Amino acid sequence: MSADDLAGRAPGRSQAGPHPLGGSADVPAGRAASIPSAGADMGRLLAQDVVIDGETAGPATGAQRMEPTHSPRATLAGQPAVPRELPRAETVAAPDLHREVEQFLFLQAELLDAKHWQQWMDLFAAEGLYWMPVAPEQTEWEGSPSIFIEDKSLMEIRKGRVSHPNAWSQAPQWETSHLVSHVAVESNEGGTIVVRSRFHMMELRRDAIRHFGGRYRHTLLRGEDGALKIKLQRVDLFNSQASFDYVLQIWV
Amino acid sequence: MNLPSLVEPDRVHKSVYTDQQIFDKEMENIFEKVWVYCGHESQIPNPGDYYAVTIGRQPMIMVRGADGKSFNVLHNRCPHRGVQLVGNLKGNTGGAFVCSYHAWSFHLDGKVRAIPLARGYEGTAMNKSNPDCNVKRAARVDSYRGFVFASLAAEGPTLSEFLGEAKIAFDDMCDRSPLGEVEVVPYCHRMVQQSNWKFFMENQLDALHPSVTHQSTGISAGRVEKRIKEEKGAAPLHYHYLSTFASSFEQWDGVQTINFPRGHGILKAYMGLRPQDPDTLEYEAVLRSAYGEAKTEEYLSRSIHHVLVYPYLSVQSPLQQLRCLRPISPDKTLSEIWHFRLKGAPEAVYRRSLWYFNLVNSPATMINADDLENWTKAQWGLTSNGGDWVSFHRNYGDDRVENGVSYSNHGTSEVVMRSQFQAWSKYMQGDAS
Repeated sequence: MSADDLAGRAPGRSQAGPHPLGGSADVPAGRAASIPSAGADMGRLLAQDVVIDGETAGPATGAQRMEPTHSPRATLAGQPAVPRELPRAETVAAPDLHREVEQFLFLQAELLDAKHWQQWMDLFAAEGLYWMPVAPEQTEWEGSPSIFIEDKSLMEIRKGRVSHPNAWSQAPQWETSHLVSHVAVESNEGGTIVVRSRFHMMELRRDAIRHFGGRYRHTLLRGEDGALKIKLQRVDLFNSQASFDYVLQIWV
Repeated sequence: MNLPSLVEPDRVHKSVYTDQQIFDKEMENIFEKVWVYCGHESQIPNPGDYYAVTIGRQPMIMVRGADGKSFNVLHNRCPHRGVQLVGNLKGNTGGAFVCSYHAWSFHLDGKVRAIPLARGYEGTAMNKSNPDCNVKRAARVDSYRGFVFASLAAEGPTLSEFLGEAKIAFDDMCDRSPLGEVEVVPYCHRMVQQSNWKFFMENQLDALHPSVTHQSTGISAGRVEKRIKEEKGAAPLHYHYLSTFASSFEQWDGVQTINFPRGHGILKAYMGLRPQDPDTLEYEAVLRSAYGEAKTEEYLSRSIHHVLVYPYLSVQSPLQQLRCLRPISPDKTLSEIWHFRLKGAPEAVYRRSLWYFNLVNSPATMINADDLENWTKAQWGLTSNGGDWVSFHRNYGDDRVENGVSYSNHGTSEVVMRSQFQAWSKYMQGDAS
């Protein structure tokens, strides 16, 4: 290791002139002498004002001076941070469609909270999917992990499991309460309606409460009877990559 | 704490699961001595890529070295005032770590790189030539087939010696790739169990519990699987993943466990993962062209459901899943759950194993939901004065020991726990050899 390393010089970086913050070993030795000695006279000492002026266009300061390329927020190399989608204002839904969609989402949440599993499943089209990806950047479920990816057959297994008399984990008191809001109809084309909303779920298990929040995106179809059906419900849990204290037993 | 009196050949005292002093001793004598899994090489492909990991009670950083080849495992602690050097679980630190408090910076191998106003240390004990200015490194770092481990003890068995027979976990996983390598799927599920880490390790090779604990899921899945078979002639393999949990006691008793001296162990296969569908046949053809007929058969006919590396790892090599325990306290344990891809294998093989990862190992698991519930109640049950001992008497006296390896003719034998506690006792009495 060279002396330059220890002085914090970045290779190839100009080191011209002392920095106003005096942040390095390469500050001329004489500069230290400009700080007056304290002496015994407190009054005189406190009268000696040091002003760090706000020169901001100078060389890098602090951590950037020690390691110009360092950022504590950098992602793994080669894995760029995924830009977040800019939400669009709802523009496409007439008031009656907006209300219909909203009521549909509220009903779905209420069916979950009341544990009407079959009626909840009936809201899905025959080929409908419930999908909770692990991370927001995921765009497909077949080739990358999911927290939930269930078609109606897998939903039936989950329903059967929690309804079984020996579903041990369902023995303790267990309830959920959902709020759904921020409903925005994003598109309505060719009979397919895409709706964005936010949810908040509180879960009570024994005496403990957990919180889950995030975003739903429903892709809805209109069935032959005119009723809305879910083709795809994508659930982006905002705490999907935090550690889970216990598991999710049922759909969120 | 009188350790020898807590572990008898066929039962253990409840305090081994509940006592804080015993937990501390476990951290000191086991987790902070043995080789602990840090991660897979493919998690940190580029210089400066890092993951924060915990070894025992020690916050550490696994980082790819500046040469792009080496791995360093460092204490996540600035030698100046003790502040953690990285505050995130993962990232890229560029060419150096920089402390957020006073900007001490460090090379990726932990050596001090720069100190602001370094002349302020002239004449003090903490000058640049003092190794105390470097970030402390794990005593030993090594890898096996791409899986990186570190030991905080300078002395002791090598990684290869420590893994011993359990090396088959990584061999079996990698050999299933025509290139002999796996790469990590970059999402880690993290789940906390409100119970002692030992419940997890015991449960992994406990063949009696599935048809009890997982009855609800197994029966429900079996019903749906049957209906799909009737309608379509065949059901996808992942229904079978779930329905086999509800096999009978007698069937489970036929699934053998193999128990090794260091506490490692194997639960033999029971799911029948070699169907003759076109995807499997294509995959086997790829393997045969890479390894030839004999090797391919050897690799694919290994009877493994999962392999335990005691005291903290469960590797389900045939489906490329890995679960790693990070104990937090006597009654709290974090598990990190990873999935891997077989390099060079057809995508369909990955997708098939992904179903197991999603259905069994995700945070919405229909299986571990009931395991975690059991262990929580076990943890609470063991605080009771209704009894002091935990029984491991099933098939006691019926074990077969060959070359230090314990077998039982009964898959449901509690030889698993007896064997794990033999290893545990040895470690706890200071013998890490």
